[in-house]
Amino acid sequence: MTLALAPGRRRLPVNFRIGAALVALVVGAALLSLVWTPHPPAAMNIPGKFAPASPEHWLGTDQLGRDLVSQLMAAAANSMAVALVAVLIGGSLGVLLGVSAAALGGWWEDVAMRLADLGFAFPALLFAILLAAALGPSLTNAVLAIAFINIPVFARVSRAAAHQVWTQDYVMAARAAGLGRFAITRDHVLPNIAAPVIVQATIEFAVAILAEAALSYLGLGAQPPAQSWGRMLAEAQTLIYLAPQLAIWPGLCIMAAVIGFGLLGDALRDMTDPRLSRKR
Amino acid sequence: MGPFFLRRAAGLLATLFAVSLVVFGAMNILPGDPALTILGLDAPEEALEALRLELGLNEPAPQRYVAWVWGALQGDFGMSQSFGVPVSGLIAERLPMTVALALSAMGATLILALVMGVFAAANHRGPGDWGVMFLSQIGVATPAFWLSILLVLLFAVTLRWLPPGGFPGWEDPLAAARALVLPTAALALVQSAVLARVVRSSMLEAMRLDYARTARAAGFSRRRVLWRHVLPNALVPIVTIVGMQFAGVVTGAIVIENVFYLPGLGRLIFQSIANRDLPTVQALVMLFAVIVVMANFLVDVAYALIDPRLRGRM
Repeated sequence: MTLALAPGRRRLPVNFRIGAALVALVVGAALLSLVWTPHPPAAMNIPGKFAPASPEHWLGTDQLGRDLVSQLMAAAANSMAVALVAVLIGGSLGVLLGVSAAALGGWWEDVAMRLADLGFAFPALLFAILLAAALGPSLTNAVLAIAFINIPVFARVSRAAAHQVWTQDYVMAARAAGLGRFAITRDHVLPNIAAPVIVQATIEFAVAILAEAALSYLGLGAQPPAQSWGRMLAEAQTLIYLAPQLAIWPGLCIMAAVIGFGLLGDALRDMTDPRLSRKR
Repeated sequence: MGPFFLRRAAGLLATLFAVSLVVFGAMNILPGDPALTILGLDAPEEALEALRLELGLNEPAPQRYVAWVWGALQGDFGMSQSFGVPVSGLIAERLPMTVALALSAMGATLILALVMGVFAAANHRGPGDWGVMFLSQIGVATPAFWLSILLVLLFAVTLRWLPPGGFPGWEDPLAAARALVLPTAALALVQSAVLARVVRSSMLEAMRLDYARTARAAGFSRRRVLWRHVLPNALVPIVTIVGMQFAGVVTGAIVIENVFYLPGLGRLIFQSIANRDLPTVQALVMLFAVIVVMANFLVDVAYALIDPRLRGRM
């Protein structure tokens, strides 16, 4: 993937800079939480509950006296892990369907794209409900549900991009030289569709973070004691008269993460393929 | 539009068939004994056997699938394990709540998105345009359930203008409407963020065309040209997104009913999951999937009605 900046354009676009900064903030906090948090995220201290912000607890404490910043950081790590695994699984399966559809064509193309379309009939929430009812609610099932809805998205993007590559002269030359469909897909198609797939993955990362938050809020995702922004909001809602401040921070974190990955994805799209950039 | 319609209808049936297989498969073929799931691990063997018999679990899966689909087509979804009444009765009882929420949210979404999108296009590159785009960026990234909590915090807890949740029933229409204000606002504000962008960009596209300039030159007011001439021509992409939005609003309603404790189908699903009421969950998931698939189908048909050129291509 090459980031082809127009000649003479020295500064990176503003949406790239804001997006990258937010992503760095959230991912940085998530990575940091693996080795260090201001307090252990699950450490309770009942006498010190509902503490206001202080040098000791930067954003205060919750109903069990747990440090809010530490919980938000641990939740960031969980959220990033869920989004990463879900997008990787859904993306690989989707790209496999899309690339094979473009390479083989014929009836397989129809079947593959129909299969992919099935994903559109089930919003992530419905699929998660189905899995939760059959297997019990768990973070794994939430990941599977989010991965499932990613399949059709990646299948469409990679098929369209792969079709474009298949019409190129160098593919004709490779075919003439006797390279098979599999070899062409491996050597020419995959490297050349990497850019749109990575752009889509960045955008789907934002979607996955939103979906994980909603599923965890509803009790279909992260189970206690795992930290999650969505679950923190579900708990905060029951305390809304006592401690309204607890309902603010997890939501802001979700928003920062989603806006960050969304802006970064938009910016990468504009930078890798100027033809696709939205007319403003 | 005969052949086009028939092809799309055949595609619709194929999709519905596949969807029913996925729903049935997830609930019946995945590892685990539904009777055990419903009654719990420490249930006596006689009770398990009785329930297996009642649910027809001793029959082979294909036979159960056919029986389920055949019953569902006649409006029979079996008995609810937790409420002890037919699932269809439960659905009929809770449907009005969900329909009311989905329709009011969809209406509010359309109005908000059209007004914001047309306003932004009319002020292209101006502060109004920038403001709408900024708000929409925020809206796209805001979880509807968090926005609901914030709205409750402001309008119910602090200002005490509206109830924080619950539903008083339809006997008192004013109280019912008041209970629907915050859920509708939460859903519509989030959903209209995406739609406003689409309205804006397809308006900008249509405004570039000659007839818009001609209409202005012919002396029509700017507002009249925007709403009466440009907007109808910008509708095709908008209609596509509206269909996808409808699916978003319906599944969003599942979440929002749980945020506001509204007794609709979305709340019923979660009660049924908690009660391990598999027949009810199976029926409701199928129902919601059918709504989503039908919405997409209707969009395709509406598409062809708006733009006859597209009929041949599908």
